[in-house]
Amino acid sequence: MTTGITAPGVVGVRVPGRSVRHDIRAIKIVLHREMLRFVNDRTRMVSTLVQPVLWLFVMGTGLSTLVSRGPSQGVDFRTFMYPGVIAMTVITTAMFSAGSIVWDREFGFLREMLVAPVGRASIVIGKCLGGGIVATAQGIIILALAGLVHVPYSPTLIITLLGEMFLASFAITAFGVSLAARMKNMQTFFGIMQMAIMPMIFLSGAMFPLSNLPAWLSFLTKINPLTYAVDPMRHAVFTHLDVSPQAVEALNPGVHWYAWHVPVAAELGIVALMGIALLGVAIAQFRRTD
Amino acid sequence: MTTSEEPAVAVRGLKKNYGDVEAVKGIDFEVRPGEVFGFLGPNGAGKTTTISMLCTLSRPTGGSASVAGHDVVKERDEVRRNIGLVFQDPTLDGYLSAEQNLRFHAELYGVPKEVVGERIRQVMEMVALWDRKDAKVMTFSGGMKRRLEIARGLLHSPRVLFLDEPTVGLDPQTRSAIWGYINKLRHTEDITIFMTTHYMDEAEYCDRIAIIDHGEIVVIDSPEALKASVGKDRVQIQTADDQTAITALAERFGLDAAVREGVVTFAVASGEEFVPRLFADLGVPIRSVHVSRPSLDDVFMNYTGSTIRDAEGESGASAWMRARARR
Ligand SMILES: Nc1ncnc2c1ncn2[C@@H]1O[C@H](COP(=O)(O)OP(=O)(O)OP(=O)(O)O)[C@@H](O)[C@H]1O
Ligand SMILES: [Mg+2]
Repeated sequence: MTTGITAPGVVGVRVPGRSVRHDIRAIKIVLHREMLRFVNDRTRMVSTLVQPVLWLFVMGTGLSTLVSRGPSQGVDFRTFMYPGVIAMTVITTAMFSAGSIVWDREFGFLREMLVAPVGRASIVIGKCLGGGIVATAQGIIILALAGLVHVPYSPTLIITLLGEMFLASFAITAFGVSLAARMKNMQTFFGIMQMAIMPMIFLSGAMFPLSNLPAWLSFLTKINPLTYAVDPMRHAVFTHLDVSPQAVEALNPGVHWYAWHVPVAAELGIVALMGIALLGVAIAQFRRTD
Repeated sequence: MTTSEEPAVAVRGLKKNYGDVEAVKGIDFEVRPGEVFGFLGPNGAGKTTTISMLCTLSRPTGGSASVAGHDVVKERDEVRRNIGLVFQDPTLDGYLSAEQNLRFHAELYGVPKEVVGERIRQVMEMVALWDRKDAKVMTFSGGMKRRLEIARGLLHSPRVLFLDEPTVGLDPQTRSAIWGYINKLRHTEDITIFMTTHYMDEAEYCDRIAIIDHGEIVVIDSPEALKASVGKDRVQIQTADDQTAITALAERFGLDAAVREGVVTFAVASGEEFVPRLFADLGVPIRSVHVSRPSLDDVFMNYTGSTIRDAEGESGASAWMRARARR
């Protein structure tokens, strides 16, 4: 299988057989492209920031006049919303990253990837890691705003949040890719994404505390996978706040399955498992596109 | 170029159906190593469908095919490793620079790290784009994009390069430049080229041509042999009285002439030697004479019964749209 060098000065190339090293290179370059695209696309960076900033400073400020006299015990409503807004930011950014697969298909670039001698898995893993990193980077901008909503810049908090953000965005990108793998145009994808993501954000406890909800709503929040991505972030923020136990009880009640308070580690485990399962679905969907 | 006798591409009974549409109806052919093999046919003939089966992008409905000695269904990875592909529609990432596009390709194909940079420079210099390497691809013209895609297809030194209408929608200069690269390639790389076109004049650059129409191969041969099989030259004359001339041609020379594109046209062996007899014996004043050698157009006409333009009429609009889209 050599490709000969028949003219002086021509660099002959030999494409190697399938190997783990080759797969890793493929993953790395797909990921690299994802980041280049993100860095080059300032409009997207700004537009995915508008929504969370509106939520945090417009909705949050507006609503805080209503709720500050309630059981929140002097905790700024914006402080409460902060982890929810982080989650929202990484979720939308991750979905956008996943959606770029549909875009690649429309503009033909996907075929360049599909005809290459690499496994579909490498392409999907690269894409999901890329989506995870890009969304986390976007989240860092929100992290920088912590001081404005009375959240301390503590290194342990920042590291915890970064890890949780990456986990959540990886899982969401995998979800998005499994949706996008077989879609032919952008409109369909965004339509479906709106339909899937908005209810999930609403039911995740990103905007309201999970305590004292009516049974039906409480049930819906518990079967919503996003809940388990948002709750650890809120938990992390609240452990770094100096607030009364009543306020913690009201605003950061955690998730309960019957009487069992689901620990943060288990919640993160659920997100990780979901992420891996969705990654598997995405790879399978991709294999079927041939 | 290669001593190996194994065909670069071997196709047997290859078929593809899209629902009720039989896009490819069981074709057979072989491409020899080192050859430039042309697939010539009108829009919708099944050229792209055949290429996508050979490149492992779509599964044949029936029959078998191997590329560089590997089966396109059972050994897809092996096939992919050995081919380069320039699609009919553009497949570049416009937001990346030219060099970034090539680097992406090199990594995806596992081109050894120590030669990546050098190889990228080489293929980009070949298509005269090295000085534009840092420009975003979306700022490129249609012809530049096409050249970049050809460079990318060659980056990993494929054994077989597939080019699906490499020059569609390009101006004559760019077309001839692209043919220049393809010719150069035959001398610098050990490569077999499989290309499709519906430009008659381009088919002449090929060593052998398969004419495909409605999913079937009509004939395969070298351009010269195909022309020889038509055998006759085409003579066009302008006369004072076309009808009398046509009657005279039939009566005195036994030739079947007709008015086409406003001039009396007929086919005759050794046209140039026939012209003096024409002037001597026709009996109708002749204003001008034009003799042309049989072109592939005539070959196509001869084998399919329609000119390639007529055949395109059915879906001419789509060709136009594609040509526009590339700009
Ligand atoms: N994905 C598809 N689904 C359904 N029909 C298809 C598909 N791809 C091709 N066809 C049909 O198969 C036939 C052959 O198409 P193909 O694209 O192979 O033609 P072609 O020779 O490449 O033509 P052109 O010169 O226009 O590129 C056409 O009738 C086309 O409509
Ligand atoms: Mg085609």
